[in-house]
Amino acid sequence: MTTTVEPLTPRTRRGAELVLLLLAVGIVLLAWVTTDLNRNGTVPANIIPVAGGFMVLVLAVHLVLRWKAAYADPVLLPITTVLNGLGLVMIHRLDLARGKLGSDGDAYRQIIWTTLAVALAVGVLFLLRDHRLLRRYTYVTMAAGFVLLLMPLLPGLGRTINGSQIWISIGPLNFQPGEFAKIALAVFFAGYLVQTRDVLSLAGKKVLGFTFPRGRDLGPILVAWVLALLILVFQKDLGSALLFFGLFVAMLYVATERVSWIAIGLLLFAAAVAFALSAFTHFQKRVDLWLDPFSQDNLERSNQLANGLWGMASGGLTGTGLGAGRPYLTSFAESDFIFPALGEELGLFGAVAIIVLYLLFCERGIRTALGVRDGFGKLLAIGLSFSVAFQLFIVIGGVTRVIPLTGLTTPFMSLGGSSLLANWVIMALLLRISDQARRPMPEMPVGVAVDDPSPAEATQVVKLP
Amino acid sequence: MNTPIRRLSVVIACLFTALLVASTIVQFTQAKSLNAMATNKRTLLDSYSRERGSIIAGGQAIAKSVPVEDQYRFLRTYSQGDLYAQLTGFYSYAVGAPYGLEHASDDLLSGDADTLFVRRVTDLITGRKTSGATIELTIDPKAQAAADKALGDNKGAVVALDPKTGAILAMVSHPTYDPNPLSSHDLSKAAKAWQTLSTDKDKAYLNRAISGVYPPGSTFKVVTAAAALENGVVTDENSSVPGPPELDLPLTKTPLPNENGRACGPNDKTTLIHALEISCNTAFGSLGLELGGEKLRAQAAKFGFGDSLQVPMRVATSSVPADLNAPQAAQSAIGQFEVRTTPLQMAMVAAGIANGGRVMTPYLIDSVRSANLDIIESTPDPVELSQAVSEQTASTLTKMMVSVVQNGSGARAKIDGVEVAGKTGTAQHDLDKPPHAWFISFAPATDPKIAVAVVVEDGGVKGSEVGGGRVAAPIARDVMEAVLNR
Repeated sequence: MTTTVEPLTPRTRRGAELVLLLLAVGIVLLAWVTTDLNRNGTVPANIIPVAGGFMVLVLAVHLVLRWKAAYADPVLLPITTVLNGLGLVMIHRLDLARGKLGSDGDAYRQIIWTTLAVALAVGVLFLLRDHRLLRRYTYVTMAAGFVLLLMPLLPGLGRTINGSQIWISIGPLNFQPGEFAKIALAVFFAGYLVQTRDVLSLAGKKVLGFTFPRGRDLGPILVAWVLALLILVFQKDLGSALLFFGLFVAMLYVATERVSWIAIGLLLFAAAVAFALSAFTHFQKRVDLWLDPFSQDNLERSNQLANGLWGMASGGLTGTGLGAGRPYLTSFAESDFIFPALGEELGLFGAVAIIVLYLLFCERGIRTALGVRDGFGKLLAIGLSFSVAFQLFIVIGGVTRVIPLTGLTTPFMSLGGSSLLANWVIMALLLRISDQARRPMPEMPVGVAVDDPSPAEATQVVKLP
Repeated sequence: MNTPIRRLSVVIACLFTALLVASTIVQFTQAKSLNAMATNKRTLLDSYSRERGSIIAGGQAIAKSVPVEDQYRFLRTYSQGDLYAQLTGFYSYAVGAPYGLEHASDDLLSGDADTLFVRRVTDLITGRKTSGATIELTIDPKAQAAADKALGDNKGAVVALDPKTGAILAMVSHPTYDPNPLSSHDLSKAAKAWQTLSTDKDKAYLNRAISGVYPPGSTFKVVTAAAALENGVVTDENSSVPGPPELDLPLTKTPLPNENGRACGPNDKTTLIHALEISCNTAFGSLGLELGGEKLRAQAAKFGFGDSLQVPMRVATSSVPADLNAPQAAQSAIGQFEVRTTPLQMAMVAAGIANGGRVMTPYLIDSVRSANLDIIESTPDPVELSQAVSEQTASTLTKMMVSVVQNGSGARAKIDGVEVAGKTGTAQHDLDKPPHAWFISFAPATDPKIAVAVVVEDGGVKGSEVGGGRVAAPIARDVMEAVLNR
């Protein structure tokens, strides 16, 4: 096994972040200009103020990082910038196709949300000087998470949009509280599991080589399961249910290191899905659509999955070029189907690049989890990373027919304020934890032995057998 | 906790791998089949946004894509819709292009044809918008208009050929329809027009000239006469043939009668030429008996029966059934029993006789030009389909057919100063309905410029032989006049 030598004082890498940020902004601007050239034949008239504003926004985060979290991961912010920017370009491109210009446009609202999201992320970096402070609020976040999750079910507040009751309305604003519940629950799970992991991982009987937990320790996973079932039954949202339950099982496994939890989780979820399939035609239709999106009946019922696939196919390897395809033919191209829309215009190459950007984002999160020294931070970082990865799998897997389509937003890209705010907060939390992970400890002994594997851990994600 | 984090990261890697594989399958592996799906709106829009080539007849565009300011960019318009609908078909956003040249020559018109490959590549390099090729037809607008007018409100079809080349000069099928509403960008209007057309009880969408199959009736006697001459059953037009009022058929008690119930000549005998003039059933029935089914069928095949042609629209196959017994052969010899033919096939019979026995392959496309008028395919060299009969036989048949018009049932096809050859036909198809009226002809007899076949559905008079001569012959005459008097 090779071992890398860590410098005695780790570098902050803020310079690298700045270069990557400029590259990220450059990519977004190029995409925007290409779109307008293809659609109108002109460079966008408001390019200087808008591009300048975008630049100021991300540079502000960069400066805050220099000041408040100098050792934070240098790759997370540039990736977030590219993804958010490409999402904006696609939303703007769909606005152009639909003749929604200026302040009527979805892009206009999304820019305001981006600004708010950046402000919120900066706020998190300012207010939360150490992620361990969150541990104090373990049970507060639990309550918050549950309330947020169940809020859409409150009469007068909840709203059903596109068959799923996962929205709330406050005045003119529609909100998906589930996006924030994700963060609250990740904090709660991390705090709770770091306290109880010893009980959950040590006690139990051994059956067939697996150590199974005692009956009374099954409580937490059963609570999570019941909660997921509630979402499934009353909000008719398989995607959210899958996401929360998956998040809990994954964090439980990381905390306890026991595979039996995963087995129990899969069994419970399979039971829930079997129940949902037999009880609700809504889910049966989804599965039917998934299996055969092109049959005449299914096309009449809902052609968006087929339209998304046709869009991606028409893009082929190299894509039609931004502004030159027809992503507007797919309904919800600006939200659930933003990935097929980008796949159509950027081609398979672009689609793969976007997936790899998300992969890198999650990889930086995992690296942070490996590097940070406290158990709470590890659990929180892996939980947040896993939630992003799993959410992406559920939504992109849904539109590319890996799994049945369920409505979830594409992190950083989809139109919608709640999703954007929540994901920027996730990024801010990961930045904060990574700052802790990479910051040299004051009492660190000078001169680490070269063949000591522990310093190398920060750079290794997967250990080869 | 680092070990489970590493294991979980493997799971995450697997999730991402699944997404990468799925995207590759959609955008690369299955892209072609997804793009080819009929219900895929993007593919349709792609072909719409390309400028489709025009269809030109006599120097005028009968189908043309006109630029418009909407998402489809080009509106397909048909300047003389009713007149040419059966040839052009239509190009509809609502239902695609199921008929006519829009269907059969879609790859040329859209620019997707293999012959246009080099152009597409240069278009890609130079950034020029790819557009479809323009198709020039062999149609003579005067003949087409004359045929349309003469056929009038009758149901039926007219086909005119240049006997020497096989070029189709006119092709009319009634009832017809206007393709313009079908190509409308107002999709509900287009869908409504399609609803009306596709449920039309008279099947206006059908190009009867090539897709309608009819019993040929007495016009088929020309083929029987050709077989008899070629096989030496008779030597020339003056050979004596039997002509009793009724022909006794073997294997059945039902005899084959003449329509008027009289003998065709003194002593129940007549000459071949007279038998054709008066369309004597018993004379040709007995020739059929003598020849037998196989020889009849072989002669018909030489004229093109049984071939599947494309002009480029697919032509229904005309047929004489195999394994005919004696009475069936006698019935087939007068164009009844199960002999079925398209009007185009009977025009080919007339044209073959006109052209010294050589049947030319019919074609509708004269030349193909690119958008900037470079010729891609020039006028094809005429292709001989077959030598149906010897020149000798052809001239004998011509003499007989001229006599039909001069002295017999085809009198109404006479044109002043021009020798016209023809044959009437009246084909029973349903005992409750009047028979179909037929006429096949060519002119001038000595140096033929045009051969015409006309069928008028239910155009005859019940229980009478006069339909072909009375109803169909004048239509053929009008078409021939239009071509000869220019």
